[in-house]
Parts: sequence; structure tokens; C-alpha cells
Amino acid sequence: MTWVNVVTQGVLIGGFYALFACGLSLMFGVMKVINLAHGDMAVVAAYAAVFLAPKLHVSQLWSFLVIVPLFALVGYLVQRTLFQRAIDRDPFTTLLVTFGLSVVIENLLLEIYSANGQSVSIGALIAKSWQVNSVIYVSYVSLVVLAVAVAVLAVLQLFLSKTGSGRLIRAVSDDHEAAQLCGANYKHVFGIAAAIAFATVALAGIAYGMTTEFMPTSGGINLLYAFEAVVIGGLGSLWGTLAGGVGIGVAQEIGAHINPAYQILAGNLLFLAVLAVRPRGLFGKRTSLNE
Amino acid sequence: MDETGAQPRTDSDLVTVNALNVYHGQLCAIADVSLRVGEGEVLAIIGANGAGKSTLLRTIAGLHQSRSGSIYFRGENISRLAAHRRARRGISLVPEGRRLFRSLTLEENLKVGAHRAAPGPFSVARIYELFPWMAERRHHKVLQFSGGEQQAVAIGRALVANPRVLLLDEVSLGLAPIVVEKIYEVIPEIVAHGVGVMLVEQDVAQGLRVATRVHCLLEGRTSLEGAPAQFSAHEIERAYFGSDLRQATSETEPS
Amino acid sequence: MSEVTSSLESLHVRRSTFSPLFTLAGALVITAFFTAAPWILAASWVSILSNFFILLIMATMWNLLAGYAGMVSIGQQGFVGLGAYATLYFAIKGMNPFAAIPFAIVTCAVLALPITYLLFRLRGGYFAVATWVVADSAMLIILSIALLGGGTGSYLPGLSSLSPTQLDHDTYLATWFVALAVVVATYLILRSRLGLVLSSLRDNETASRSAGAKVTATRRLIYVIAAAGCGAAGSVLAISQPFVQPGNAFNLNWAAEMLFVTMVGGLGTIEGPILGCVIFFVLQQTLQNYGAWYLIIFGSLAVAVALWQPRGLWGALRQKTHLELLPVGYRVRRSDGVETTSS
Repeated sequence: MTWVNVVTQGVLIGGFYALFACGLSLMFGVMKVINLAHGDMAVVAAYAAVFLAPKLHVSQLWSFLVIVPLFALVGYLVQRTLFQRAIDRDPFTTLLVTFGLSVVIENLLLEIYSANGQSVSIGALIAKSWQVNSVIYVSYVSLVVLAVAVAVLAVLQLFLSKTGSGRLIRAVSDDHEAAQLCGANYKHVFGIAAAIAFATVALAGIAYGMTTEFMPTSGGINLLYAFEAVVIGGLGSLWGTLAGGVGIGVAQEIGAHINPAYQILAGNLLFLAVLAVRPRGLFGKRTSLNE
Repeated sequence: MDETGAQPRTDSDLVTVNALNVYHGQLCAIADVSLRVGEGEVLAIIGANGAGKSTLLRTIAGLHQSRSGSIYFRGENISRLAAHRRARRGISLVPEGRRLFRSLTLEENLKVGAHRAAPGPFSVARIYELFPWMAERRHHKVLQFSGGEQQAVAIGRALVANPRVLLLDEVSLGLAPIVVEKIYEVIPEIVAHGVGVMLVEQDVAQGLRVATRVHCLLEGRTSLEGAPAQFSAHEIERAYFGSDLRQATSETEPS
Repeated sequence: MSEVTSSLESLHVRRSTFSPLFTLAGALVITAFFTAAPWILAASWVSILSNFFILLIMATMWNLLAGYAGMVSIGQQGFVGLGAYATLYFAIKGMNPFAAIPFAIVTCAVLALPITYLLFRLRGGYFAVATWVVADSAMLIILSIALLGGGTGSYLPGLSSLSPTQLDHDTYLATWFVALAVVVATYLILRSRLGLVLSSLRDNETASRSAGAKVTATRRLIYVIAAAGCGAAGSVLAISQPFVQPGNAFNLNWAAEMLFVTMVGGLGTIEGPILGCVIFFVLQQTLQNYGAWYLIIFGSLAVAVALWQPRGLWGALRQKTHLELLPVGYRVRRSDGVETTSS
């Protein structure tokens, strides 16, 4: 029964990782950009929930109603300016620019808010949990986060496969030059994709702040998990990302159960093992990881 | 023959290209080319490999920037317009290599082509009439299709936008003659709607058969221009290769 | 035919702006100055210079990796950490820490080789993040080894026999000589056949692949060399602290600093990282009372340079002045004075 609990907790965390990763996956899928500042954007969203929301007279719990649209807007603007300029140069430059951005954001947060841990306060909800039996209990917050993650992935999947805008995004990610010949402004489509990615990462960041204490440096490590989830799941597959997130979550929980020091290492090892055996990920389709 | 310099624009002109120069880095790909395409005209661009035919079409579509010269579309200078804006104004390019959206189904490919369509005779339904095999395979991913089928989808994707000018880049490349014939069957229908067509062909005979006018490029420069009937096979051969060759022009190998 | 020959004869191929003798003399003066620095400069300067050289080693290695071999790694701090811990390990086993430096270098090279077989399955951004995963994993493994002090770290033993001044001097000299060796070695590598393969690879991978260049083998060799170099940096870092702690040795900021310094100075030039390090240290010393602002400003500068001046400040300077201090390319001068440079 202990192991059932370990897996349950792993799945719960995995849902969070998937929420975190889907924006990363989308941006790589559409504009072939690995946003190394992705994790830091999430942390910025969490800080915004703690410090900005009260100024706007919004409770921290409901702060996402303001922050998520705000992030979508910021995402669009950053994509159309900074990222597009980097894409126009080469993939090498996008890596350098997003990494530079990551370090700058992290240190800015450090200067403004210090290294003290923060958390998004959600009142009494934090302590509530659902006791399945004597061993297994599920905290409401992580259950909600898992539900949100699944919902976001489902909506995103539906949006991409069923709507005209989603179709355009897929067309642009296949061949942006050919999409241009069909009258699509691919830079605008890139912007839309970035807006979605930033919105989901804001949601992930706020969810993170609700479940865990965070600090300016929390972004990097979360980017790592998200990235591992994307690669394990395979590119171009949102459900693969969920599976990858759950895989990382379960591996970490099993590792932690054996020895708390092995928690993160277990996730990394799963990632490296998948890389060695199946470099295209579990659900990776035609898309090659090269380039 | 003197074909340098700007040509006078007439009211039926859709596309007018004046003294166009295009470079790939240091390399001159198009040198001082001028041409025009009117409504219902079929202009065949012929020339050997590397003569700059594709570059010319891609520049008109907006995928390459010209260094100098101008491109007018229905009286408007579009030389600095982004490719998607040119597409929305009515210039559709069927690019070399077809460039379909590989993860999309046949119908999705056509719908993307139609997403900014002008009103006109062509619709997704009309394309299914032109190519009857498409209707029942509309939900298949295009990746599984044969080369000829993919080419038909690429043409359909361009047509559903209801372009005023259709640019066809090497549509017969790598296809069996019978398949090529099928594809060329739709051109009269397109032209009948007043669409101007510019096509690049390696198979000169094929190009000349459908063309109302022919424009030959040699190393980026215009080497011959006029109605196909005007020229002897020998003249065209000279313009194509830049020298006399005892060889029928239609036997040039596609590569 | 004779025309071709005569036009070839009027071409003069040479590498440097200055005559070789001048360059050599300059190099000797600089070497002499930095070797004598502990006896000339104030102690505070000497310690700043130590840190300068440590960063210069890392930046030169990152430049070799990214600027010449096209591999963007954000996991080189893994080898900095491993170099530091290898030194700690050998010191605990009774070796003099200074004598342990070469052993730490070899350890990193040996560890890097098998890692390439995993990492080279990936390209571009995926390669970059995977290097980070490897670095993170290396840190986590080190953390769980009690002998090496676990999470709290450990003092580097074997240095207590030296007086503080003596230790500072020796530390400085170690960082300086390692930095000198790394820069000279990089220079020689780039002038060798390997350098030619790298530059052809940079220009067109497919072409050089078909021309028979052993692309993967070359990449692998460069990766191992860069790992060894960063291990050397970690080793002298451990001695200069002299306390080895995972959070510091494996700090992601090392990756950030080596990347920023190279970007700002000029990717793909030997002089670039040197110039970048100078700017970085000037900024850091000027803003030393303002926390992390030096890194924020420098990071922003690096982003701006990447977008608007991808050849870096040295690249911009070189373009304006045609100056070459440590040339690895060739310049061809026609008899009419027109000069073309390839690097």
C-alpha cells in the first residue's frame, strides 16, 4: 500500500510538471525555440500573485484571473520583439538570448525580493486533504492542480486539432514559409503560440506557489523537470507530455521513498535512460530531436 | 533582341516586373529581368538548372527580397510587401517540392489555403470536383499520398485562395508523364476564370504546349521572350543553353 | 594558365597583423608581467586576478565548444564541479592539491568521454538542456557521497603547511599558468588541422561531412578538451577557495558567466573571451557593493550583443581596425594591397 501511495503522489506531481511543460512543448513545436527562461517566467508569475495581486485588490487565490491574461499579452509582445529577432538570426542565438534572459530575471528577482521563500496564500484550503485510507491521502490543492493540468492539456489539444486558429498554428509549425504563401502572417501566429505558452506557464507558476515555497532560483530546476517531461513524452504530443510529467513525478517519488537524496536524481536518471534507449521519447512521432 | 528596361504597363496587366535584380548573398541570381503577365495569360519561364527560374517566382511571391527593380501587382508596387500580404492580395505560389503541411490532413491543407480566400470560383468543394479522388481521402494525412497526389493537393491549396495570379514552380518534377498530363488538364479551367499563370518548367515542351508566351532565362538574364510560335526550336535551344547544341530541347533531362 | 600563376605569385599569405617577432615579444612581456604579479601587485589585486583567470579558463573552453564547434552547453559547470571535487578527493587521499590539478583534469576528460555518447544523440537546444541535466545529476551524485562532505562540503586538506601569503601566491600562479596553458593550447588547436576541420564544419557541416571530415569524432574530441579545461578551472577554484561545496562548485552561474563573457567579448575569436573577462571584472569591481546587479547588467549586455552584434565587441573592433592579435585564420594580401581575412 505504501507503493500505491508513492505512485499516487508521483502522479499528482506529474500533473503539475505537465502543466509546466506544455508551454515549453508548444513553443518548441511551433517556433523551434527552447525557452530557457520558461521556468523563470513561472516564478515571475508566482511573485506577481504574491505581490502584484494584493495591489490590484485581488486575492492571491484568484490572482490567476488577472495574471494569466497579462502573461498572454507579455508573451505575445516578447515573441514579436525579442524572440522573433533571435529566431531571425539562428537557433544558436535563441538559446543564448533565452538563457541570458533567464539569468537576468533570476537575479532581478533576487535583488527585488531577496532569496527568502514565498508562497501564494490560499487560506485554509492548503491543509485540506482527502484521506483515501490509512496510508493514502491526497491534498486538495495538488488534486486541483492535476485537474487543471489535464483540463489545460485537453483544451489545448482540442484547440489545436479542431479550430481554425489551431489548424493554422499546426500549419505554421510544419512549414512557416508555405503557410505564408497561404496568407498567414507566421510571426503573428508565433506570437499567438507564445501567448498561449506564457498563459499556461503563468498558471503553472501560480499553482507552484500554492503548493510549494518558492524563491527566485526555483525557475531553473522546474525548467529541467518540464524539459525532461517533454523529451520523455516525445515532441509534438501533448498527451505524451502528460505521460512524461507523470513519469518524472513517479520516478522522483520512488527515488525519494528509497532515499530522500535520490528524489531528483531518479527523475534525471529516467530522463537519461529514455534518451539512451528511445531518443524520440515514448510518444514521439515523426519529429526528430535533431535540430 | 532588346528586352532590358521597363516595359509599359497595360491595363490588363496583373504582374509587372521591372529590371529586377536578386542576389543570394554575393551571388547574382536574377539580373535585370523584366516581364509582365496579364489576365488569362500563361507565361512559361524556361531555362536550364540554376538559371534563376525558381528564384524569380519566389521573389514575386515575396519569399526573397530583390536588391533593385520593382514588382507591381495590379498597379500597386508590392516590392517591399511581406509574402503573406502578397498572398492575401491574390498571388499564390505552388512552391517547388510541394511543401504541404505534413501533419495535416488533405482537407486541413485545403482549409489553410482557403483561410484568407478572396471570393471566387474555387472552393474546397470545387477542388474535390476537379480531383474526384480527393473527396473520399479528405481526412487522410497528406504524407501518405503519392507525388502526383501531393502535387494536386498543393495546386488545390493555392487555388482555393482564388488567386488572380498563380505561380507554379516545377509542378511536373519527378512525376510520371500520365500524372503530369492530369495536372496540366486543370490549367485551361483556371485560365478561363481570368487568372494569370506563370509556370516554371524544366520540361520545355510541356511548358510551351500550354503557354501563351514564353520567357527564357539564361544565368539569371532574359535570353528570349515572346509567343512560342514566334521561335524555332533552334532559337529556343540557343536561348536555353546559351550556345548551339545539336540536341532536341525536349530531351533535356529533369533533375 | 600563366596568368593564374602570376596572379597567385602576387598574393602574400600571412596570419598576423604584426610581424611574428613583435607578437612573440609582446607575449613574452605579458607572460613575465603576470608571472611576477604577486611580487608587484597588492594582495587584493592578486586575488582578483586569480578569479579573472579562473573565469578566463572557463570562457576560453566555452568559446572552443560553442564558438568553434557549435555546441551550446549550459552544463559546463558540471565539469567545474567535478574538477573541484576530484581535487578534493585526491587531496583527501593525501595528495598535494597542486599536484592533484593534472589528475583532476584527466578525471574530467575520462568522465566526459562516455557522456558524449549520450549527449551527441541530441542537437541544438536539446543538447544544451541535456548538458544541464548531466551537470545536475553529477552534483546530486556528489551530494550523496559522505567522504566528500555531502551537501555541506569540505575544506581542502593539504594546504595548511603553507603560510597565507605563500598560499595566495601559489594559488595565483596556479590559476595564471593554467589559464596561460589553456589559452595557448586553444590557440594551437585552432591553428592545427583540427582547427581547419572546425572552421569547415562551422561553414557547412554537410559539405565538410561529405569531404571526409570526421565530424562526430572532432566534436567528441572538442567536448572532452572543453570538459578537461573546465575541470582545470574547477581544480584551481577549489584551491583558491579552499573550501569545496556543491552549491558553489556546480553553480549554474559559472555557465552564465562563461557564456556572457564569451558573447560580449566575441564568440569564435581567441581574444573575445579575454576582452569579455576584462569588461566583466571591471563591471563586477565597480558594482561590487550592489549585489547581483553586475550580473543583471552584464547579462542584458550579453543578450543585446547576441542580437545586434553577434561577433561580439572584439568582432566589431576587428572589423573596424583589421587588428589581429592571436590570429588563427589567414590573411591574403594581393599585390594591390586588397586584403581578405578568413578565420
